[in-house]
Amino acid sequence: AMSAGGTLSILRSDSYAELSQYRDQHFRGTRYDQERLLRKSCTLYVGNLSFYTTEEQIHELFSKSGDIKKVIMGLDKVKKTACGFCFVEYYARGDAENAMRYINGTRLDDRIIRTDWDAGFKEGRQYGRGRSGGQVRDEYRQDYDAGRGGYGKTVQ
Amino acid sequence: AGQPHKRRRTSEPSEIEERLESLICRVGEKSHSSLESNLEGLAGVLEADLPNYKSKILRILCTVARLLPEKLTVYTTLVGLLNARNYNFGGEFVEAMIRQLKECLKVNMYNEAVHLVRFLSDLVNCHVIAAPSMVAMFENFVSVTQEEDVPQVRCDWYMFAFLSSLPWVGKELYEKKDAEMDRLLSQTESYLKRRQKIHVPMLQVWTADKPHPQEEYLDCLWSQIQKLKKDRWQERHILRPYLAFDSVLCEALQHNLPPFTPPPHTEDSVYPMPRVIFRMFDYTDDPEGPVMPGSHSVERFVIEENLHCIIKSHWKERKTCAAQLLSYPGNNKIPLNYHIVEVIFAELFQLPSPPHIEVMYTTLLIELCKLQPGSLPQVLAQATEMLYMRLDTMNTTCVDSINWFSHHLSNFQFRWSWEDWSDCLTQDLEKPKPKFVREVLEKCMRLSYHQRIIDIVPASFSVLSPANPVCIYKYGDESNRSLPGYTVALCLTIAIKNKASNDEIFSILKDVPNPNQDDDDGEGFSFNPLKIEVFVQTLLHLAAKSFSHSFSALAKFHEVFKTLAESDEGKLHVLRVVYEVWKNHPQMIAVLVDKMIRTQIVDCAAVANWIFSSELAHDFTRFYIWEILHSTIRKMNKHVLKIHKELEETKARLARQHKRRDSDDDDDDDDRSTDREDGPLEEQIERLQEKVESAQSEQKNLFLVIFQRFIMLLTEHLVRCETGGIDVFTPWYKSCIERLQQIFLQHHQIIQQYMVTLENLLFTAELDHHILAVFQQFCALQA
Repeated sequence: AMSAGGTLSILRSDSYAELSQYRDQHFRGTRYDQERLLRKSCTLYVGNLSFYTTEEQIHELFSKSGDIKKVIMGLDKVKKTACGFCFVEYYARGDAENAMRYINGTRLDDRIIRTDWDAGFKEGRQYGRGRSGGQVRDEYRQDYDAGRGGYGKTVQ
Repeated sequence: AGQPHKRRRTSEPSEIEERLESLICRVGEKSHSSLESNLEGLAGVLEADLPNYKSKILRILCTVARLLPEKLTVYTTLVGLLNARNYNFGGEFVEAMIRQLKECLKVNMYNEAVHLVRFLSDLVNCHVIAAPSMVAMFENFVSVTQEEDVPQVRCDWYMFAFLSSLPWVGKELYEKKDAEMDRLLSQTESYLKRRQKIHVPMLQVWTADKPHPQEEYLDCLWSQIQKLKKDRWQERHILRPYLAFDSVLCEALQHNLPPFTPPPHTEDSVYPMPRVIFRMFDYTDDPEGPVMPGSHSVERFVIEENLHCIIKSHWKERKTCAAQLLSYPGNNKIPLNYHIVEVIFAELFQLPSPPHIEVMYTTLLIELCKLQPGSLPQVLAQATEMLYMRLDTMNTTCVDSINWFSHHLSNFQFRWSWEDWSDCLTQDLEKPKPKFVREVLEKCMRLSYHQRIIDIVPASFSVLSPANPVCIYKYGDESNRSLPGYTVALCLTIAIKNKASNDEIFSILKDVPNPNQDDDDGEGFSFNPLKIEVFVQTLLHLAAKSFSHSFSALAKFHEVFKTLAESDEGKLHVLRVVYEVWKNHPQMIAVLVDKMIRTQIVDCAAVANWIFSSELAHDFTRFYIWEILHSTIRKMNKHVLKIHKELEETKARLARQHKRRDSDDDDDDDDRSTDREDGPLEEQIERLQEKVESAQSEQKNLFLVIFQRFIMLLTEHLVRCETGGIDVFTPWYKSCIERLQQIFLQHHQIIQQYMVTLENLLFTAELDHHILAVFQQFCALQA
């Protein structure tokens, strides 16, 4: 039947909205469960933020793809201050997809930020997992990043 | 393609279909051979596959015709080659296309139907379809304009489908059937003369005709076709691969299109909205480069169509989209960067709304700048400058879309030659240019911080810089201790800091006197503005640190809020106090209002009334107010859809339950038990039905409130001007009337349901003609 509804796979391509290779190692559940949650999630992890980027700035930028339900700032486990990541939860998955397509890889506070699907916020996940309290990536990096506390912790 | 046909291993049917689809869709890509030799090779492969995979190939080609219009001539050539090798296949393809066309028209897929019509017409050039039968189809299209009692937009579509195919096939059809074509063109001319164009002003981006008139789309296309005819149908822009195969193709036998009767108009038919053609560039804008085709040249039409189609095909993949746009074949004969920027802004400014989400265009432009760093940023800067210069006549709704500019700047360290815009500093702050700069700076601040904005603009721009977004707490200073409620505010502050409960808050507030003592109904919970003032001011001040703090505060003391804001006046007063506290921080006001609607502290009608209240008159033309109003309307619309969906799903469950009972199935015990758990579905459906009706009634009421308030406000202004002998067209008036238009346009589908009420109750003949005109333009959109 020549229906008016079919499409072509080259037009279905949606690489920005696909799952990345990253899987949270602390996730409680099977790989299958995790992927199922990722595929229907409305929550994004946002990384490479400056420590000084505010909830308000994040809200303004990410509102461009739809109504935000909640922003949860990532915190240093010891200092309880912002440590450069956050979660953004939308009411609708479509809005999160648009964030992946159009906000991921653009700048916030003059830094290229990265977004990725998240299986969903759970208490405790707002804290950095690095030994010093911040994010793991800030433990070991060698470069100087003024927006993320200077040198990596092991260098300091 | 091009290789001798090899014996295939047995593969899954879906694998084969994928491979065929890939071969067809990617023909000519990443190949060192010419497109023509790739097409020849592919035709050979497909011809050999016809015995086994004919229906798959038919389906793929039909889909490609419908969905890849930017590659139209590539695929008509392919079909032409196949037809030359296999006459029956050609016939079956034409039949399949006609079936698909009918199907598209039946389900209101008019944009895709145009692509099919164009494809069919180009098949005439490939000797697949006989020219006379194509002319006959077009005669049937044009005769739709003779139908009685049908919407104009229906006739418009058939006219558009005919005219927009002529750049491809006009020459051939005119050569074969000039008398018939002349007749068709004359009928076209008389239709275009008599059709009404009341809707046009509502869709124009600029109200001025200079430097580029904003033409209605059919008028523009007609001028282009007339010019094409005058040029003896010579068209040199479209790439026509079939020309290389002329010797092969002209040997082919042609098919006649079956007589095509346009499907009749029905209640469910929804035709495309009329459009205005957006133009911002002409040949004077790029004096160094290739000449930009004139506004009435058919080349301009084809380029714009194709660029729009590329965006439509690849909107989800920004890098691919940018690459495809930049590789549009122009052979350096056209100023491609200018066309691309113009087409993107055309979509961004499109009324009623852009085809895609606004942020897509910002990111697409950034990708384009990355790919062409030496040329595209300059064109974009030129475009921005032009948009700024023409702000005085730009539709207010479109000015909002220029906030792509603040987002764009935030990706480039806010670098801009602000001094170039110092002319706006001497103008009245309500004028479009200073207003625009203020809004841009405010938006830039939201993406950075206050001091950053002070630093990036020259000192002279301080008058346009946004306020420092700090909270204003009226009970903050010792000097305010004479204010009524001051001591209660102190009490509350201490209590809240000590993690007081809702009950404790209630008991503290009990002692607040009610300035409206006579309205007190004795229960103690009637509208008490002072209670609201003290509580809301204090709480918001304590929670001012961040959005999260404020949201927590709203959640923790939800009970108090609900009680204080129980009445309509209570809701309005809560909103007023929020504004008083946060008037320096519009972003905070917006998120608080959003949260309060979602947690049902206030309702949508209260927000609408608040926006039109005299307290907000000073901010009435500011962008954030309209963001709040449209966000409120959207929430209301989504709410109605959500309950409606729930109702439909429950009805479907009931239908399935009945089916199971009827089929006497014993092994679906699980389903039966959930049925019983959910309670009688009929009851649920009844409840949901009530909920839907109540939500729809609330939705209608919201729109009526908004329209009513607009009418009141505008009438007041008009009367004042007329009695005072002042010109009606102040910047405020232009902004207000265009905001009213924006309501109609952005929510037109829902508002259509209320036409009778609006006509009889609000937009009656007694209304001032300035206001009535907006309503009449709206009615004309789908008339």
